[in-house]
Amino acid sequence: MIAFAIGLSIVLLLVILFLLFRIGTLASIFRGSSERAAGTTKTSNRVNSTLMLLFLIFGGAAFVWSFSASWDDMNQPIASVHGEWTDSLFWTTMIIIGIVFVITQVLLFYYAYKYQHKDDKRAYYYPHNNKLEIVWTMIPAIVMALLVFGGWKTWTKITSASPESSEVIEVMGKQFNWMIRYPGPDGKLGVAKYTLIDATNEFGVDFSDKNAMDDFMPLELHVPKGKPVLLKIRARDVIHSVFMPQFRLKMDAVPGMPTKFWFVPTKTTEEMRNETGNPDFKYELACTEVCGRGHFAMRMVVVVDEPEDYEKWKAEQPVFIEQNPDLLAKFSEGAKKQLTLEKRAEGKAEEVKTAL
Amino acid sequence: MASTDLSINTDVHHAHDEHEEHHHQNFFEKYIFSQDHKVIAKQFLFMGIMWAFIGGFLSILFRMQLGWPEATYTFLEPILGGWVTNGKIDPEFYLAMVTMHGTIMVFFVLTAGLSGTFANFLIPLQIGARDMASGFMNMLSFWIFFLASVIMFTSLFIETGPAAGGWTIYPPLSALPQAIKGSGTGMTLWLVSMALFIVSQLLAGINYITTIINLRTKGMSMTKLPLTIWALLLTAVLGVLSFPVLFSAALLLIFDRSFGTSFFLSDIYIAGEALARSGGTPILFQHLFWFLGHPEVYIVILPAFGIVSEVIATNSRKPIFGYRAMIGSLFGISVLSFVVWAHHMFVTGMNPFLGSVFMFLTLIIAVPSAVKVFNWIATLWRGNIRFTTAMLFAVGFVSLFISGGLTGIILGNSALDIQLHDTYFVVAHFHLVMGAAAFFGMFTGVYHWFPKMFGRMMDEKLGAVHFWMTFIAVYLVFMPMHYIGIAGFPRRYYAWTGFESFNTFTDLNTFISIAAIVGFSAQFIFLFNFIYSILRGRRATENPWHSNTLEWTTPVLPGHGNWPGPLPTVYRWPYDYSKPGAPEDYIPQTVPFSQTQSSNMPQERDLE
Repeated sequence: MIAFAIGLSIVLLLVILFLLFRIGTLASIFRGSSERAAGTTKTSNRVNSTLMLLFLIFGGAAFVWSFSASWDDMNQPIASVHGEWTDSLFWTTMIIIGIVFVITQVLLFYYAYKYQHKDDKRAYYYPHNNKLEIVWTMIPAIVMALLVFGGWKTWTKITSASPESSEVIEVMGKQFNWMIRYPGPDGKLGVAKYTLIDATNEFGVDFSDKNAMDDFMPLELHVPKGKPVLLKIRARDVIHSVFMPQFRLKMDAVPGMPTKFWFVPTKTTEEMRNETGNPDFKYELACTEVCGRGHFAMRMVVVVDEPEDYEKWKAEQPVFIEQNPDLLAKFSEGAKKQLTLEKRAEGKAEEVKTAL
Repeated sequence: MASTDLSINTDVHHAHDEHEEHHHQNFFEKYIFSQDHKVIAKQFLFMGIMWAFIGGFLSILFRMQLGWPEATYTFLEPILGGWVTNGKIDPEFYLAMVTMHGTIMVFFVLTAGLSGTFANFLIPLQIGARDMASGFMNMLSFWIFFLASVIMFTSLFIETGPAAGGWTIYPPLSALPQAIKGSGTGMTLWLVSMALFIVSQLLAGINYITTIINLRTKGMSMTKLPLTIWALLLTAVLGVLSFPVLFSAALLLIFDRSFGTSFFLSDIYIAGEALARSGGTPILFQHLFWFLGHPEVYIVILPAFGIVSEVIATNSRKPIFGYRAMIGSLFGISVLSFVVWAHHMFVTGMNPFLGSVFMFLTLIIAVPSAVKVFNWIATLWRGNIRFTTAMLFAVGFVSLFISGGLTGIILGNSALDIQLHDTYFVVAHFHLVMGAAAFFGMFTGVYHWFPKMFGRMMDEKLGAVHFWMTFIAVYLVFMPMHYIGIAGFPRRYYAWTGFESFNTFTDLNTFISIAAIVGFSAQFIFLFNFIYSILRGRRATENPWHSNTLEWTTPVLPGHGNWPGPLPTVYRWPYDYSKPGAPEDYIPQTVPFSQTQSSNMPQERDLE
């Protein structure tokens, strides 16, 4: 019944609107405004050009208000060295384009208002002015050159080779969660191959490699404050993308093509909790390349520790192969060939885990 | 100024006198399998409008999910069926909607609908030709597009859903049905449909280029062409050069999907199985895709540049400022559009040095774009502006193009792109600069050339209501999206509530969704105005906007062959508006200098 009433009122509303439209059309024929060339009637020009001006004023005001109201939510806290660089470059560029934005929009709407049609007026025949055109080609070219230079310098610094002393951590994306691996005390990650992946050995680590023996795979990503951290990034099924918003860090995880990104964290989780006043604050790692059903749920918690806490945490982590001694047996030299076959059979039985 | 009110019947009669051979056209030849460029243009327009409503409707559905993530959508079950379970929209279907919205809007509406309509309609009429170089190829182009449309439309209804890996269909996601349901039959249909679409675009593009180069009427030199034709010519060139690359990418993807090759696949373990594919690279696909993908955004926006330049000049009653600079900047943009594609790939792991090169090339493209904006504003300056609906949309276009274009300077900077890549900042940027702006260009064109298409006028008041509602809604939707993007909210997220970093801005997302719904509703005003005016609109005169270009010298409803008598001869450029000394504020291109001695410039005296 209610649905019927709603339907009926919508129909009635449409009928009324249609009648208003017809009356308007007939009235304009009576007034004779339909005899004039389109766009030259007084009311239509006055109304539309005034609306242009009002749009500029109220739109501009709404923009300024909403921008400042959203300011706090808009700015994610910064927790990395290069984040400071990119943020300052971002806001510098924003100011430059903001100035251009204001000038061009004001001129556009103001001219639209000011030069509205008048019967007794005639437009100014002004087909070109080479000097003017050269000037306004050169100015953007120079500004762009400066911006390119700033961007290029920052970009080269960010993408330069990581320092020798970097903490190396492997991040692997899969449908639909992140997995991480630390190299352990030897500082070297063991070799991994996608054909070795199974339900327990999700990284496909080759445990006949000595370097793999002390690798560990925790559930949270811990990084030390003030030390360079090199993320070695890969994916095992489809493309994912590592995104750590507070660290201004993003890099795709591509199956078959390892990528990397290094950064220096500047604030521990604890410090960030004090700074933001949020006692539950957590750094997060998200996925930004569409990867399927659970794309929006690939969350991993990132923790920044003081260097000594970080070393302590690392020492406490159980070594993977010690927890899964059965795996090691498979990697004894002789059984290696057979393993490949077994793995296939096992792999099929594995249930696909989803984060949902 | 006196415009004779010819009735339709006499026009048609005239046309028939000229072309006896067309006398016996039956209904099918005339309206369905027509080779007349004007009919084909209308066919593209109708298809484009239909697709735009489908694409828009999809965006409303996913905006509802983003605006009210906690709500239950049981009432959508009658439309979406199994895609709504317990009142929740399925996350994979969410991705499918996003994918189809992108595909439909970019290719089917803003490429086929915009170029298809206006290139077909305007090229012969504005260069003074009877029809396209090959009417048959032109017809074929539409019907292959129609077939592509049918296939794409069908894919919306299959059980596993349409393609769902984003409109950029990056493999391996799009190559492996194990990864997402949409990569099954849905993706196959997507690829088949797009392959046909590309064939249609190539047939059309070659035809446009040939026609513009060969069939210009007497006196119509390249420097007397209206800017619409220049824009459409360069659009066609871009399409012909870049679409084949997408075709190759699609073909290789088809091989990977169906014939076991590994062009884009390597080292993959999925669904409990290590695939025996190795040696390929997913990045190769991205290079191929964006080699089309970036020129594609210019394929979308260049026709709008042309249309807007034409409409702003006509309605400001002034010559377009810097005609040659406008052509030069079109050229510059077209050339540069081929060497900037990898700015979509700064964080794919591509060599950082390449990133620097592409950043440099990308930011250069801002220069010709800036020149265009300054020239449009200079054209308004000291004009005598007539606010027809088309003019409103043209001014709106310039405003949107500025707002969206400027943020391109940020995204083209690889250092800044690290944080903003694949966030809502990108969504806001390209929706303003190529989505909404190109739509505004399309509306400008429809309102402006409607009288020549259908012999009647659209209602100006409804047009103004449509414009203001759409214009305000577009800003209310996309301006706040920048804030969400600066905060780092990732694209293609079904919900952000799972992340503490992204649990802000819930009210703003609701607000955006409401604005989107209002904006979409306003399009029904356009639809009503469009259909009603075709049937019952006020009858148009030959040249209702007092414009200079050749199409306005044809009868109210031009028949097959366009001009009843001999083809017109062109004497002057198309922008002689408000020339000092001329009695009227416009001098059509067909008026020889000998008739306008009072207004001729010193250098034009020789031409008298």
